[in-house]
Amino acid sequence: MGSPILFFILAFIAVLSALGMLLSRNAIYSALFLVLNFVTIAILYLVLNAPFIAMVQITVYAGAIMVLFLFVIMLLGAERLGGVASSRDWEWATAGILGGVLLLVFMLELVLKPGGGTTELAATFIDTSPAALGMRLFEAYVFPFELTGVLLLAAMIGVVVLGRTKKRGKDV
Amino acid sequence: MTPGQIALRALIVGFIVVLLFITGFAYTTLLERKVLARLQHRVGPNRAGYIPIPTRGGKERKFLAGIMQPAADAVKLFFKEDITPGRVDWYIYNLAPMLAVIPAILITAVIPLAGKVPGLVPDPYNYFAVAPGLNVAVLFVLAITSIGVYGVVLAGWASNSKYAILGGIRASAQMISYELAMGLSVLIPIMLSGSMDLGEIVEAQKGFWYVLQVPAAFIFSIAVLAELQRAPFDLLEAEQELSAGFNVEYGGMRFGMFFMAEYMKMASLSAIAATLFFGGYLGPFVDQVPALGFLYLTIKIIVGLLLMIWIRATFPRLRYDQLMNFGWKVLLPVSVMNFVIMAIVLVLQEEGALQPLVNTMVGLFGG
Repeated sequence: MGSPILFFILAFIAVLSALGMLLSRNAIYSALFLVLNFVTIAILYLVLNAPFIAMVQITVYAGAIMVLFLFVIMLLGAERLGGVASSRDWEWATAGILGGVLLLVFMLELVLKPGGGTTELAATFIDTSPAALGMRLFEAYVFPFELTGVLLLAAMIGVVVLGRTKKRGKDV
Repeated sequence: MTPGQIALRALIVGFIVVLLFITGFAYTTLLERKVLARLQHRVGPNRAGYIPIPTRGGKERKFLAGIMQPAADAVKLFFKEDITPGRVDWYIYNLAPMLAVIPAILITAVIPLAGKVPGLVPDPYNYFAVAPGLNVAVLFVLAITSIGVYGVVLAGWASNSKYAILGGIRASAQMISYELAMGLSVLIPIMLSGSMDLGEIVEAQKGFWYVLQVPAAFIFSIAVLAELQRAPFDLLEAEQELSAGFNVEYGGMRFGMFFMAEYMKMASLSAIAATLFFGGYLGPFVDQVPALGFLYLTIKIIVGLLLMIWIRATFPRLRYDQLMNFGWKVLLPVSVMNFVIMAIVLVLQEEGALQPLVNTMVGLFGG
């Protein structure tokens, strides 16, 4: 779905905003570049005919998580990167090597598979309405879905326990 | 229709709808000032323009005095000196007003404005909207309202002012807290109608309006007020504490854009509330004359706006801790409970087990 030109424009913006997120020296700017990245990815989902995931992407990531990030950054006043900027040589070298390996793996995957994996995507086109998605989620993938729910609940209980303030004189 | 035709139609219809909403915004400000004034035993703006009605005594009566006030306000805002305070973050300072306005305009894209008006609605769809047939329209509304907070938060941060940043921090915390309750209350119309398409939700309300599911409608209204940062949830521009909160450093048309965002969001979210709970464009004779839908929706939007203004004139502002406690400890549990009960009732009804159960309950407790 969608024209290649649109895809390349969106991909360009996505990569550029990801770079901006990494390279900007101001935490607020980094957060905003990340928001732009999320929104671009959401539009990519739309182009791929997956409106549900696109909307959830915007609501959850751009609308809730990044607002929380901004809240914390603003509350702590921690937007400026201090003198501990990571400019050590070995850090750059490690990052470069790891990134290169990752790129190589992607490339190999694309080269080894005939057609670069694109034909499969076109073949497995399914109904993308929220109703169809819900049926799939609660029939074919109900166990992973419930497992994710339990995991999130455990994480939430952990946060509540860790964040509970201790009563004076009593070890709770 | 080809994709090109669809895009062209959306562009033209969208342009007209946005123009209507912007005009509506101008008169919403007047409505608010006039109604608020009457509720406080004042007269309100009455100098700019009137419609003269001759009376028998020779003196003319000034009907609708102040009708040109929005035009006067707009002229004033446009011609004010454009001041950027020193040491602000220039890019974000200028970006923030736009980020506030754009979501407010975007919401109008999915509102079903009328039923199947002949000649206006292309064939596969059965209602009139800028973007009809979006099967995730409800999620779209939630996504766009959640994006809307960026304008306020960033304005607060970029202004380099203590008052403004306090307003911005309050805004971000408030939005995250009340979005959950809003999302959960929106699920009720989705469950009842079995669709996320706003037009289908309206069509499904032909039997009864979903406002009969009172808790959901109530929670949604409260959450909308909080999302709009309207009184009694207007902590982020609390005049007595923060002078004007996030927009204290803004003047001229940049301030005007925040103003516009607030009032356009009021109108579009009261349209969404009407759509989800009050039957949208439905009303008497709307089946025979579909164009009446525009009128009914407009009336419902105005009633919603009046309600918001009335609430503003009536209730005192919440304190910050009260706001958080209410959002997390009252509104969220109540909406979860409501959602769970509704789901159980719907499943029982679908299985045909509801009526026997009710009969047993009546037999047990009713004597």
